[in-house]
Amino acid sequence: MATLTKTNRRDFLKIAGTTAGGLFIGFNWLGCDSPKMEVLSDEQVLSQAKNFNAYLSIAPSGDIVIYSPNPELGQNIKTSFPMVVAEELDADWKKVRVLQANLDTEKFDRQLTGGSGAMPHSWERLRKAGATARYLLVAAAANEWAVPAEEITTSEGMIFHKGSGKEASYGDMAIAASMIEAPEDVVLKDKKDFKIIGTPVKNVDSRAIYTGKPLYGLDFYREGMMHAMVQRPPFGMKIKSVDDTAAKAVNGVSQVVTFDNSVAVIGNSTWPLMKAKKLLKVEYEPDGMVESTSDHDRIFREMLDSGKAEERRRDGNVDMAFKNAAQVVTAEYQCPFLSHSPMEPMNFFAHVKENSAELIGPTQTPDRAASSAAEILGIPKENITVEITRLGGGFGRRLRADYADEAVKISKLINAPVKVTWSREDDLTGGAYRPAVRYRFEAALDSDGNMIGYKLKGAGINAGNSTRQNNFPSGAVDNVLIESIDHQSPITTNAWRAPITNFLAYAEQSFLDEVAMAAKKDPVEFRLALLEKAKANPVGGELGYDADRMIGVIKTAAEKSNWGKNPNVSQGFSVYFSHRTYVAQVADIEMENGAPVLKKITAATDCGMVINPTGANHQVRGGIVDGMGHAMYGNLTFENGLPTQKNFDKYRLIRMKEVPQIDVHYVDSGFDPTGLGEPALPPTGGAVANAIYKATERRLRTQPFIEQKEFEDLNLVIKRS
Amino acid sequence: MATLNLKINGKTHTVDVEEDTPLLWVLRDHLGLVGTKYSCGIAQCGACTVHLNGEAIFSCSMPVSSVGSDEVTTIEGLSEEGDHPVQQAWEEIDVAQCGYCQAGQIMNAAAFLKKNPSPSMDEIENAMNRNLCRCGTYHKIREAVAKAAKI
Ligand code: FES
Ligand code: FES
Repeated sequence: MATLTKTNRRDFLKIAGTTAGGLFIGFNWLGCDSPKMEVLSDEQVLSQAKNFNAYLSIAPSGDIVIYSPNPELGQNIKTSFPMVVAEELDADWKKVRVLQANLDTEKFDRQLTGGSGAMPHSWERLRKAGATARYLLVAAAANEWAVPAEEITTSEGMIFHKGSGKEASYGDMAIAASMIEAPEDVVLKDKKDFKIIGTPVKNVDSRAIYTGKPLYGLDFYREGMMHAMVQRPPFGMKIKSVDDTAAKAVNGVSQVVTFDNSVAVIGNSTWPLMKAKKLLKVEYEPDGMVESTSDHDRIFREMLDSGKAEERRRDGNVDMAFKNAAQVVTAEYQCPFLSHSPMEPMNFFAHVKENSAELIGPTQTPDRAASSAAEILGIPKENITVEITRLGGGFGRRLRADYADEAVKISKLINAPVKVTWSREDDLTGGAYRPAVRYRFEAALDSDGNMIGYKLKGAGINAGNSTRQNNFPSGAVDNVLIESIDHQSPITTNAWRAPITNFLAYAEQSFLDEVAMAAKKDPVEFRLALLEKAKANPVGGELGYDADRMIGVIKTAAEKSNWGKNPNVSQGFSVYFSHRTYVAQVADIEMENGAPVLKKITAATDCGMVINPTGANHQVRGGIVDGMGHAMYGNLTFENGLPTQKNFDKYRLIRMKEVPQIDVHYVDSGFDPTGLGEPALPPTGGAVANAIYKATERRLRTQPFIEQKEFEDLNLVIKRS
Repeated sequence: MATLNLKINGKTHTVDVEEDTPLLWVLRDHLGLVGTKYSCGIAQCGACTVHLNGEAIFSCSMPVSSVGSDEVTTIEGLSEEGDHPVQQAWEEIDVAQCGYCQAGQIMNAAAFLKKNPSPSMDEIENAMNRNLCRCGTYHKIREAVAKAAKI
């Protein structure tokens, strides 16, 4: 029999004596040295499923339930996490049911979606959870059959002993297995034996999505719940007066309340509130600075020209390098604010009671929503529950708790359960944008076209550090100065898919293209030479990136795109490392009837092992479409603290006919998996802009492209073959 | 307020609502048919697409009073078993990321294929271009519509 020692009591929990039991293995993501265990009835498994987090369950029927703790917003985590567990368990995927876990800070660690970090964080933990359950099932069979555990094999939810010809299902052994103590360490599979990981497993919510089942926060309804919509102030303004007479007169509106700097209309359904909100007469007055886009243009220039920037990195002697340069290249790049605009607008349900609160909705950070509610209500955080619905996109917007806070405040004010719904106009004007940034680049070249000096100064509006000082080309250039300066604005900003790098990568990769042109070098060769130099002699100590992995994706992208082979194709190159993943991209433009036609983007990605090729392709292609869409069209401008673009008629999102063909390739580097939610986005703008330059000699330095004079008569056509 | 009898997914529903209420909000708030999504409210994104006598329309911009006796079909009523060829193709191709836009995409595709059962890729793109997908699943949508045409 399998003997087990050194079990850590803190992480081990066993409830014995249940007859119709199942095996529950908790993934204790926090420590995960040894898993928790509980025995529960099938009914409990099914009926109380919502009450148990962090557990993998195997019912006597053979049904397996795997809880997925991280919010699902389209990054496919709800499918890929359970795949990893099921792999090590040797489960029959067809018998796995996946449920979204509620917030549970005791059972889960890092229960959030952001930074493309879930998979690298949990990879090991998920594998152990599955492998531990498998170990116990095998041990139970070994006991019952009185054979050595080493002679037992498992496959697709079945247990076999070849010698005796015995076999059993996981369900058969679930109860016996639950009586055995969990080992502290388990052997994980050899990656070459993976059967589920690496295969295209379908989204576990497909059917529910395609048949219109309630899944999202906005789909949540409860008997007796009130609806609310909120009028928020322009940035930098405060309420002077509120006249709600007309709004209150709308049939279906029960109440209008003012809180903080906002006015909420309350009623029993959404439409009356949309009407009432338009009838609210709210007068505002300045509360400090009130800004417009024209102010920002001036502020950028002042910041870049001021000597006040914060030094982020300095290598060598930059002044000397520029003094000795045979050639100096300088350029400035600028991007506007962007809205996240997930298709599902912000919304949240809250029911505040005497000394507790129930929150339900789409959040990337359930823990933040709970902490914030606890603070607002002055009650212990343990008394707040957060149920995570599926998210209709997030892109970083739902990392904030502001919209959940509103629901909490309103529920308390009106003493009733309430769902706050943001209209699209609210969503676009309600803040927390990708910050606007302007970069100034300078490069010093020697007479052989080698980059001997590199300067970057980033000026942002609520961007914090708008540089990533240790990213390439740092480490590859002897003399480097990287600085940033920031303007504090009343316009709120927030992480937006691939924070900072979503624009920095475009600016940097376009600028490096300019430098390569000035040096009369091939853009791919130019980058490879820098990386070889960084490898051989890293400037400033350890590199902030793995030069070999970056070289790997560069070479793969060049090869797969036939880089430089076809004189009729103008190609633009770009490569970027973010969120632990390397992505290189090549955009292809061909001239047809005198017009440039963008036909294809080829991407090479090194995200370590690919868990689910379908999900990975989704993220790479989706990231590219996103990167291209916002580089081409995205623009949020301000007039006296209020966005000019209030809905999708003015705030332009990319459509089907505006995307080129996208070819996706992976570099098998043998590393453990890293995230893919963000890293494919940053390189895209640069690849497209560099191809446009190659084809037309027009350099696009400001986003969105379509609003630049260089773009005006370009007549760019986009095609998919 | 008006009392209206609406034919939705083959059944008659009686609702008491203001006449200017968009069909979308009657479906969602009054009838619990939340498969039809709200995203822009101004006929720009297609998330709210339903069929009116078989035609794909934006339910966010259709006052319920103008529905009259027309037949409304929502994603919930597209097929009994969730196996309309378009739904099958969507599942087969595994189209969704966040999935929020997909009910609208499916409803638009279904109405389009009814009119044009063997479309060219250009025709597919022209028909589907009115539906936004913020996650960028456009390549898979094209593929899935083409696939559905063959089921
Ligand atoms: S919600 Fe109707 S078209 Fe966008
Ligand atoms: S799948 Fe997310 S908006 Fe289309």
